[in-house]
Amino acid sequence: MIKSAQLDSDARRGLSQISLPLAFSVLLLAAPLAILLAMSFWTQDFLTLDRTFTLANFKETWTSPIYRTLMLRSLKISIIVTVLTVGLAYPAAYYMSFVAPNNRKAMLVFLITIPFWTSYLMRIFLWKVILGFNGVVNGSLIGLGFIDTPLDWISYNQFAVIITLSHAWLPFAVLPIFVVMEKVNRSYLEAAQDLGDTPFQRFRRITLPLSMPGVVAATLIVFIPTIGDYVTPKLVGGPDGLMIANMIEIQFKNANNAPLGAALALSALLLVSSVAGIFVWLNRRYLKAEGAA
Amino acid sequence: MRAVLTKKRQAGLCRTMIKLSNIEKYYGTYHALRDVNCHINEGEFFSLLGPSGSGKTTLLRTIAGFEEIDSGTVMIGGQSMVGVPPNMRPTNMVFQSYAIFPHMSVAQNVAYGLRSQRLNKAKTAEMVRESLGKVGLAGYGERAAHALSGGQRQRVALARALILKPKVLLLDEPLSALDRKLREQMQSELRRLQRSLGITFVLVTHDQEEALTMSDRVAVMFEGQIAQLDSPQALYKRPASKRVAEFFGAMNILKADILEVKGDIATTRIEGLGVANLAFNPQPGADASSHYCAGVRPELMTILDDGAMAYDKETPATVTDVEYRGELTYYDVKFEGSDTPVVVSMRNTSNRELREIGQQVRIGWESASAVLLLD
Repeated sequence: MIKSAQLDSDARRGLSQISLPLAFSVLLLAAPLAILLAMSFWTQDFLTLDRTFTLANFKETWTSPIYRTLMLRSLKISIIVTVLTVGLAYPAAYYMSFVAPNNRKAMLVFLITIPFWTSYLMRIFLWKVILGFNGVVNGSLIGLGFIDTPLDWISYNQFAVIITLSHAWLPFAVLPIFVVMEKVNRSYLEAAQDLGDTPFQRFRRITLPLSMPGVVAATLIVFIPTIGDYVTPKLVGGPDGLMIANMIEIQFKNANNAPLGAALALSALLLVSSVAGIFVWLNRRYLKAEGAA
Repeated sequence: MRAVLTKKRQAGLCRTMIKLSNIEKYYGTYHALRDVNCHINEGEFFSLLGPSGSGKTTLLRTIAGFEEIDSGTVMIGGQSMVGVPPNMRPTNMVFQSYAIFPHMSVAQNVAYGLRSQRLNKAKTAEMVRESLGKVGLAGYGERAAHALSGGQRQRVALARALILKPKVLLLDEPLSALDRKLREQMQSELRRLQRSLGITFVLVTHDQEEALTMSDRVAVMFEGQIAQLDSPQALYKRPASKRVAEFFGAMNILKADILEVKGDIATTRIEGLGVANLAFNPQPGADASSHYCAGVRPELMTILDDGAMAYDKETPATVTDVEYRGELTYYDVKFEGSDTPVVVSMRNTSNRELREIGQQVRIGWESASAVLLLD
């Protein structure tokens, strides 16, 4: 009797402690998602919503060529940006963790964060200046006599979107890989070499698998937000660099078709979750050992 | 195996496995190894013993190839190891943290070093099974590495190193993380393994008991130097210096004046005990200005019963403290004209009665009980 009363008071205290974050997540995460989901089954006629259940929005999302093109393009750009970013971040993190002397590590982490001192928009505009028709790259190349007319393939297209996004997300990819590498017990490396591995074999058999949790984290951190980015494609993407998020924005604002926008958003969400889920599943064996390291 | 080795030694057949000559190592301005010279024989259980910071682990890592030395040479099996990386050396190491790869199973860990030998799967599996059997882990192959206890990790680390049949197995404080009972068990198992395999073992430890019970020879290190290198018995019975003596068990240290040296006998006046002829062999590094003191082990002195006269020296003393420990009794006594308390241990036999504090006793000892120690 006393015991159950105690449990009750424990449970009450627990509930009171989690109630605030719980309310926060319900209000800011679950509620908007629920509204989005409901809306995706409705229809909009100018400013009025018709709340009869319909799957027309999803049907259009998945069959209309324009949405499919945008969806696949977004996926393609995100994957390229992720591969590029993580591919560049890995050697940087490796250098910071395994090569740099201990007393310099803090300094290097600090340097990695410098791009964050400038606003995201400023950085995008700077890329416009660098890659533009009369920009830094074209100006320099013409000045040096390498080309006569400005290169047009470096700005206002998917290439520019990829460059700009990769630059923006690189620090986010370096840090998780660095943190996981820092946790790799250095005696594993010595043991591997002691057992006959050359430095390259040791990297492939020990360092790489043990740093995979960091690579997985970095991949998700870069991949998930880039697919939904709409500022960069809008500013540097030109007509053929637009992505699915730009279309979602158009549906909600200019086209006055919130239900279709909701269906597009949910479909994109589904796509991102599936790709991320498959990626994590493929790497599950690396993630299991993490607890023991 | 022991007998064979002893015979080999007598016949001068014992080959040197590791030869360290004039090894110097600095970490910045810190002098980690100072002119280290020693030979380690083939099939020997050799220990590097010293307090933390004495350079014993640095020396072991030098043999393994993980430390670059500033000068000197390392020879293993007659070959110079200059510029030879750890993966090319005929040594394998058991790390203090065991370094069991967390993303692999026990069998994958043990088979790790076999990769370069390009064996087929069946052969690899058989060798892994055999190696795990040797360390008492038969049937553990499929376990995940992180599901092992400390003692099991240590065995996996041993199996992983031994499967490669190294000429030398290096052990970096392998037992320090285990609890006392497991440690004692592993000590005798390591000894048994070493005897049956005949591989040279080099063990780093800070535990003098461990070094004494396991080793054929022990190098005692202080401040990057080998202070003394000898068999466990010789280290215990004839320590060269006060520091070495105090590192091994209890030793009474008494002031001593050398009155006269004739050959290898020094006539010495020992504080409280009087004049005795002690064995004298000058230590390397000692000269005329070196100070000596005398050391006597507690068990090499006896409180004499009336009438018993088996000792060639007798000195009167007063009991100042009694500490009964079951099997033994430790007495603190003071000799006339000396303030230094001296510990005498007595076995508690059936007809021996405990002495009391303040009691006048006679202490029996012999010249051979005392050793001259470099101060």
